Amino acid sequence: MKWLSKTYVGLVLAFLYAPILVLIVFSFNQSKSRGAWTGFTLGWYQKLFTNDTIIQALINTMFVAVVSSVVATALGTLAAIGIANMKKWQRGLVMNVTYMPVINPEIVTGVSLMLLFVFLRSVLSYLNAKFGWNLQLEFGFVTLILAHITFNVPYVILNVLPKLRQMDTFVYEAALDLGCSPSQAFFKVVIPEIMPGILSGFLMSFTYSLDDFIISYFVAGATSQTLPIVIFSMTRRKVSPEINALSAIIFVVVLAVLLAVNLYDSRREKENRMKARARA
Amino acid sequence: MKTKTPALPYVLWMIIFTVIPLALVAFYAITDPQGHFTIDYISQVGEYTPVLVRSIWLAAVSSVISLLIAYPLAFWISRRAWNHQRTMVMLVMLPMWMNFLLRTYAWMTILEKNGLINRFLGLFGIGPLELIYTPGAVVLGMIYNYLPAMILPLYSIMTKIPNSIIEAAQDLGCNTWDVLWKVLVPLTVPGISTGVIMVFVPSVSTFIISRMLGGGGNLLIGDLIELQFLGNAYNPNLGAAISLVLMVLILLCMSVTNQFGDEEKGEMLK
Repeated sequence: MKWLSKTYVGLVLAFLYAPILVLIVFSFNQSKSRGAWTGFTLGWYQKLFTNDTIIQALINTMFVAVVSSVVATALGTLAAIGIANMKKWQRGLVMNVTYMPVINPEIVTGVSLMLLFVFLRSVLSYLNAKFGWNLQLEFGFVTLILAHITFNVPYVILNVLPKLRQMDTFVYEAALDLGCSPSQAFFKVVIPEIMPGILSGFLMSFTYSLDDFIISYFVAGATSQTLPIVIFSMTRRKVSPEINALSAIIFVVVLAVLLAVNLYDSRREKENRMKARARA
Repeated sequence: MKTKTPALPYVLWMIIFTVIPLALVAFYAITDPQGHFTIDYISQVGEYTPVLVRSIWLAAVSSVISLLIAYPLAFWISRRAWNHQRTMVMLVMLPMWMNFLLRTYAWMTILEKNGLINRFLGLFGIGPLELIYTPGAVVLGMIYNYLPAMILPLYSIMTKIPNSIIEAAQDLGCNTWDVLWKVLVPLTVPGISTGVIMVFVPSVSTFIISRMLGGGGNLLIGDLIELQFLGNAYNPNLGAAISLVLMVLILLCMSVTNQFGDEEKGEMLK
């Protein structure tokens, strides 16, 4: 029985990793064709790093991810604090709408935002004609960042709300009694209490933003291509071994980040356990 | 701290960027390009019934196969020592962090006409087989991309089931089959419904997997929508009508699935 279950686990893991392994192996392949192995080369990596489209896309992706996740974190944290104080029916209503971008298929969110921006453009051109203004809304960084903030905020709220619920409300009142102004009490007491939730919300936003293709695809302009969009256009041109090199690099980076986080977590857990033991 | 005002900017944001866009989808779906009311586009969606049925069928098949693959694996992980569990969960999650376009692209390399599998079979004089651009390839792509999303919710509910419950069932005369159907499955229903939703929703609405692994012959709902907005068949009204149908379909599926999840059998474990 034991070897049977081990074989099974091995097979599933092989299924999950074989394709990635294939990409990495072929990133060192001299031949342009994906089938045959003709010799070892680092040429595709060299080509990748001199490919302006990819470098520019990488910069765009980072820019959009940083801006949208920072804004989403601020907006979402404040929202969570307000939502926690709402009456039950208000909270129910707001949370139901908040869940919409999470449960809706991404393509519907993308399409709906595209329609919104088309609509806003026609509103702007109407206003421009009426008042002689010159306001523009081009599909580009602005629409991209607005869209990313929209699908990121729910994750921040969903991470911060539970922390607020766990928090002892008397701590805030105690801070006020001890002479804090409301804003001091907020920044020195409330924020540190819910910081783990804010951080995980921020990290989730950041990674979702880096990885998003479908929604970006519908709202990005020609000048604001993110990495996933460039990858998509590369996969449509049949032969492009630079993609393999790119995959290998992304895989190694993700692996390093996950290992670091895991190591940090297990170390902290050990410390906590030691502390708990010391207390006992 | 007792005030709701901090939520005000978000509530505004939510109205502009979530409520109005969805209202616009509904509006486009029931009007013509001149803005007059019409149900032409909604009824036109009926012409694409084969595509709708194919999308639902392929996504359902993928969900079921993913569940069958994930269930034993999640159970196995949940019975390991704590450190071992962490490592396994990380191993399962790692591929999910790769961009899904790259993961799907990898399968193109493996399945295509002169891809790895056909070359391997060629050594024995078999093939080349038609592997890519088939419904099977699309299902494979869906399972590959979303399997971790099935494993994780199953694992997180199974890890709460203590061994003693299973041992008690065995002591009371359950065989392996009974333990599975009378103890494990009922206790893991919430994990199963979450997992099925996490696989079904992205699968039924994908247009990348069908484009890359299905070729032109396996059009799904997602492809139809994409074609109406960014493709040659530019027709946002029809696109909005299809999106609306897709959205209603998914909300219906989820409320059905929640019927199972809401029995709160998971509560028994707390």
